[in-house]
This record gives sequence, structure tokens and C-alpha cells, in this order.
Amino acid sequence: MTLPVRRFDAIVVGAGGSGMRAALELARADLKVAVLSKVFPTRSHTVAAQGGIAAPLANSTEDNWHWHMYDTVKGSDYLGDQDAIEYMCRRANEVVVELEHMGMPFDRLESGKIYQRPFGGHTQNYGSAKMAMRACAAADRTGHAMLHTLYQQNVRANTQFFVEWMALDLVRDPQDGAVLGVTALEMETGEVSILQAKATIFATGGAGRIFFASTNAFINTGDGLGMVARAGLPLEDMEFYQFHPTGVYGAGVLITEGVRGEGGFLVNKDGERFMERYAPNAKDLASRDVVSRAMTTEIKEGRGCGPHKDHVLLKLNHLKPEDIMHRLPGIREISIKFANADPIRDPIPVVPTVHYQMGGIPTKYTGHVVVPEGNNMESIVPGFYAVGECACVSVHGANRLGTNSLLDLVVFGKAAGESLIKDLKSMPSPHRNLPRDAGEISRARLARLEGSSAGERVSDVLLDLRRTMQAHCGVFRFPEDLIEGVQKMKSIADRAGRTFIADKSKVFNTARVEALELDNLVEAALATIVSAEARKESRGAQARADFPERNDKDWMKHTLWYKDGNRLAYKPVHLKPMTVESFEPKVRTY
Amino acid sequence: MDAVARRRLAWKCRRGLLELDLVLQGYLERHFREEDATALNGLLDLPDNDLWDIVSGRRDDYDAGFEGIVARIRATRVAP
Repeated sequence: MTLPVRRFDAIVVGAGGSGMRAALELARADLKVAVLSKVFPTRSHTVAAQGGIAAPLANSTEDNWHWHMYDTVKGSDYLGDQDAIEYMCRRANEVVVELEHMGMPFDRLESGKIYQRPFGGHTQNYGSAKMAMRACAAADRTGHAMLHTLYQQNVRANTQFFVEWMALDLVRDPQDGAVLGVTALEMETGEVSILQAKATIFATGGAGRIFFASTNAFINTGDGLGMVARAGLPLEDMEFYQFHPTGVYGAGVLITEGVRGEGGFLVNKDGERFMERYAPNAKDLASRDVVSRAMTTEIKEGRGCGPHKDHVLLKLNHLKPEDIMHRLPGIREISIKFANADPIRDPIPVVPTVHYQMGGIPTKYTGHVVVPEGNNMESIVPGFYAVGECACVSVHGANRLGTNSLLDLVVFGKAAGESLIKDLKSMPSPHRNLPRDAGEISRARLARLEGSSAGERVSDVLLDLRRTMQAHCGVFRFPEDLIEGVQKMKSIADRAGRTFIADKSKVFNTARVEALELDNLVEAALATIVSAEARKESRGAQARADFPERNDKDWMKHTLWYKDGNRLAYKPVHLKPMTVESFEPKVRTY
Repeated sequence: MDAVARRRLAWKCRRGLLELDLVLQGYLERHFREEDATALNGLLDLPDNDLWDIVSGRRDDYDAGFEGIVARIRATRVAP
């Protein structure tokens, strides 16, 4: 059986901020572009970004891209590639002004210029005590404003959207590994086809759903990561995820840091205000890492709360009810809705919660996907680009600076679009021939689901995966947990190969979609825990109990994980920027 | 309402915000009534942040036709 084929100049998989910025570049160049999205484009997870977008416009304080670059390199704990970071910071003003011209409703100063606010880690003069005002925002919904602006621009530029289509696997040329497009499932019909293109951009977002406690929306299942892994390509630095200390236990919804700022504090099962032991001065207002690690230690040492002793409590009920209502609007509602606890009377159960993936598909600052080949550690995969949270450029290194995520989306979305347009000019004009077995991986995956009449339930395997990752590879990592966790994840991966769906219907079969998503989550989870177990140091977001220090001598290098045999390789960090002096590693303190 | 229509509606409840994913899933599983289908479909056309403002009670300026369903979604608890 051969699959139907549709041909385009370019395909973009994913319609969040980076995918839509890339698509816009292509559509404006009059290319025939298809954008695939599992959900309607403006319902992508980019809408959840609240904080803002970094750009050294210097509208409110003195600022420049050198200082922004320094903060980003330091924030990355020196694992970020300094050429890519320079590139991003130098293009920040341009892409933000472009968004403004597209109609994005930024907050403004009286002068009419874009208002900028201070944000954690943004400094003047290479880390001085003076804050830089660098975060541009549209109230508390910057991501939402950006996504809607980009969507409207794409509609105007005649981008073709394939909504409720799920990309399944890469199609590659066996000759040189070039990417020739993807197989994709149209949910409305249940049909699978090949979308062929001269170039393919992945913009599929992160895989934060691999953790039990995650702020990520349900759609964030790491689909691009799974497709890349199954195609035999590596994933980079997947051990690094950013955590927030106070997500509602069991739900993942965030309780803002402001709650502790207003006097809320954390207690263990004995009612002890444990942060006094870990950070006698700052207590509950210590940095996110310190608070998250303390919470994990309390839980690990048996002082967690609830029947499973797996969370701690955030106490507000000593505050005046009117203060809770007036100074912390929305918190009471969230707590009642998601924790069944009215904070005026009851403490809120909380746990460190994942919200951003720093690693991903290895790329360079042009958006090209790069993999080791022979002696070249960064050989370009022809016709293949990745942008946004699914990509590892790497500008975030071991930890991301606040407000750099939205910037990453637009800078590299645009850069990948520009590279692709340039690359197409040197390509032969007809499409290449598809290999005879094009689509075989997807066909086999679907045939297995079709043919099985018994097996593992998708929801059971998914729950075990998320609980295992949370318990064995959380914000504070212990050697015995990691070793055991790798074994558990391998057995969960085996179980995911035996999943079964009762409903075999074609039209809008969401059970099938969820089974296919699970395959992707499994690859992301394996990449994460295998890479974390192997990295014998603490750096940025990876904190290990047995190796508490950063070890630049042995570990200042990027991890590359391959699905085949869970093999690991490493490649050097780009310490040399494009035009300026390198920022030498220093101890990272704030 | 046939199974396909229901699944289509359930997929439309997959949103960009986790808060909405959780509330809408809870509502569909426990409080959904067939006569709500049209109103729910209309409500789900709203952008995520506007919908969350309504669901969380921060805003009340929604279409009068949504009154019943908004009340039922607001009453949905999704605590573990």
C-alpha cells in the first residue's frame, strides 16, 4: 500500500510562536508552505508565557546586547553556545520591533516607546547589582499577544494551515539522510499521508509532560523529539529542565512566588517551617533552586505530607483573609479549584514542578539540525531545521534566563526561515524521489495498534512513566534513584511497545492519537533520565546529591543521546562567540 | 450526540493552558450534558486567556447564552 503524497516547498510542524514566525518568513517569500498543528494554532502552549520577551532596547535603563549576552551565558551555567547566544542577543531588538510593527500590543511608556520592566537575572554592566529593565511585555499575557499577532500575519500571508493533523515520523533519503518531509495523520479522516517538502522545520515544543508535576499543557508531548529519535538522530542536553518550586500537587498549576513574598511559608508533615534550616536568612524567599531542593529533601527523608508523603504544604492561613483576597488575586480560586483547599483555612499542597525543557533537537543558530558524522560533530542534516523549545541551539545551556524563551522563538524562527529560503535557491527545483519504503515506520506503528486485541492501557503506561520520572529524575537527583529509574524507564518503554486501543475507528480517534503521543513521550523520557544519570556533576538545572559541584574539566560538554541502545556521545560547548571575547566560566551566584 | 461528535468536542478542550485542560477535562467527564454541546462549542472558540478569565471568575462579560455552561464549568473541581 502506498500512502498519498502532497507536495510543498516547505513544511512547518507546530504552530506555536517559533513555528508561526518561521512560516511567516517563508510565506512572505512566496513559498508554498504547510503548517501542521494538532490543535488550532492560537491554542498552542506559547499562550502560557506570561513574563515577557527580553530585548536590550534601553527604553528605561541603559542596556546593550553585550550585557544581555553576559546574563544569558551566566544563566546557562556556561553550557550555552556563546556564538548562538551572541547571535540571539544581537537580533533581539530587531525582532521585537518587528513584532511591534506587526501590531503586537506591548505595554508602553508615556513617550510611546515599549515599556520594559526588570526581571530576575537581568543586570547592567556584566552582572553588577543594578538591574537592567529589559523585559517587554503585553500585560501578563505576552505569549498570547505574540501568538495571535503572528497568526494574523500568517493568515494575511496565505500560509496554509493543516489543523488537527498530527505529524508521525520523518521521511528521509537513505542516500544522504536528507529530510524529505513527514508522515502525518489527519484526525478528521484517520487517513495517513506523506507531506513531502524540500525542507522541513520542526517547531513542536517541549516534553514537560514526561513529569508527573508539570505546568505544561496536555499537548506538550514532545512529538518532534520522538520523531527525531526514531529516525536515528540524537537529542541534546535532555537532562536539563527548569522547575518551579510551588506547583499545586497533582495538578501542576503554578502558585506564584508572590505568595511567599506576602508571608506564605512552607511546612512539612510535622508542621515545621523547614526552610529555616536550609536558608536561615532568606528562608522561603531563597532562590528557586534552593527552595526546590529543600522540598525534595524533606519528602525524601520521610517528612512529606499526605498518605504518600510526597508533597509539602504552603501555609497562608496565618494571613488576614482580606490580604489573601486583595494582594493575591486568583490564588484562592486556583487553590480551591485544583487542590480543594481554601487557603484562608487550609494550607495548599505543593511540589516542585517542571515548566521548561532546555535540551532538544541539536541545531545551530541558523536553525539547521546538526549531528555528528565522521570527524565533524556538527554536520548539517540536509533539509531539516528545528526551532523553539524542541530545539537545542543551545542558547539556554543548563538553565534558561527568564524572558529568553519568547525571544528564542522569534529570533530562531526567523533565522530558520531565512536559512531555508537561501538553501532552496541552491536546490534542484523538482522534489527528490521518495524512497520506496517511505512512511514504513509510521505504517508499522499504526498496524501494531490496529492488530492488537489486548495489551497495556495507554493511560496506565503514561501514568507510570510520569510518576517514574518525577520520583527518579526530579529537581534534586540521587545516584541510586537515577540508576533504578533508568531500568524502570526501559521497562516502561517495553510496555509502551505493547499498548492496545479498544476503539479501532478511523474518524477522530483520539485514543489512537494518545497512543502515538505516548511513543514520543517515551523517547523524551529515556533521553532525559539516561542523560541525567550519566552526567556526574551539578550544573544549572541539574542538581545531583552525589556531585554537588559543577565540573568544567570533565563536563563542560553537550550530551547527545541516541535511541539505538540508549547510546550517549558528547560534543564541545562553543565557547567562542562570533565577534566578542569569550565569557570565561565563573562560579554562578546570584 | 454520537461518539465522534463527542470526541471532536473533547479534542477541542485540549488547550494551550494547563488550567483549562484540567477544568475542561473534569467538566466533560463529570458534568457534561448533551444540551450543553452547542454552547460548549461556542465557548471553546474563545482564545485561551479570555476563556480562563471567564472560567476562573475574573471576568463576567461573556455572551448571555453561555450562562448555564459557565456556571457548570466554574463549579467543576479538579482536585486529586
